Amino acid sequence: MRVRYFAWLKQRVGVAEEMVAPPATVVDVAGLMAWLKGRGAPYDTAFEPDEVIRVAVNQVYARRDAPVRPGDEVAFFPPVTGG
Amino acid sequence: MSVSVQEADFDIGAEIAAITAGRTDIGGLAVFAGLVRDLVAAAPGAAPTELTLEHYPGMTERMIEEIEAEAHARWPLLATRVVHRHGRLRAGDRIVLVIAASAHRAAAFDACQFLMDWLKTRAPFWKLEASGGAARWVAARASDDDAAARWQPSDDL
Repeated sequence: MRVRYFAWLKQRVGVAEEMVAPPATVVDVAGLMAWLKGRGAPYDTAFEPDEVIRVAVNQVYARRDAPVRPGDEVAFFPPVTGG
Repeated sequence: MSVSVQEADFDIGAEIAAITAGRTDIGGLAVFAGLVRDLVAAAPGAAPTELTLEHYPGMTERMIEEIEAEAHARWPLLATRVVHRHGRLRAGDRIVLVIAASAHRAAAFDACQFLMDWLKTRAPFWKLEASGGAARWVAARASDDDAAARWQPSDDL
């Protein structure tokens, strides 16, 4: 699974993207976020405040209960500020 | 429908010429151009505001295409064009262009505003603002969410 970070989330995590292999118990966005945070610093604080983080699965906006599978591209980012 | 996400500047006149070339059915064009605003009052010797726009290549284009398709579903549009820049920009630079073309002005005006409102709240761009040696990520504005929501409650973010 390819995980990507943008804007201040990328700065906090320290990488733009990484390949991860969460356990089979991680089946949705919420589970993936919890698993990433469980890896400790800097992930445990990078996602705070958790509720503002936007998520896209395979480049489509996704809710916290959206499924994630091996091979997916999951992106985490702050609310957008273009235009 | 046409989308460009690019570092290069755009020429508003050339874009209008391109969207109207060879056709006589368009009665009205609504054109919105967004510029980088200088945030600090230009004190003597102060460095002007500099903006770096990050985006999510691939998803950005896809989202704007979806927003354009939504506009075409809502209004009788004859053509639309969206250009959004990324990378480093300075105060006064052009940053975004939206053109909506229709037979009559009402649809063009409404669609142009809709495209900007949804683009601002859905297209994955982030502004990093630098002035006076300090850089900060621009925070999302509740007023932009309100502007987008008046077209329809946003339920997918």
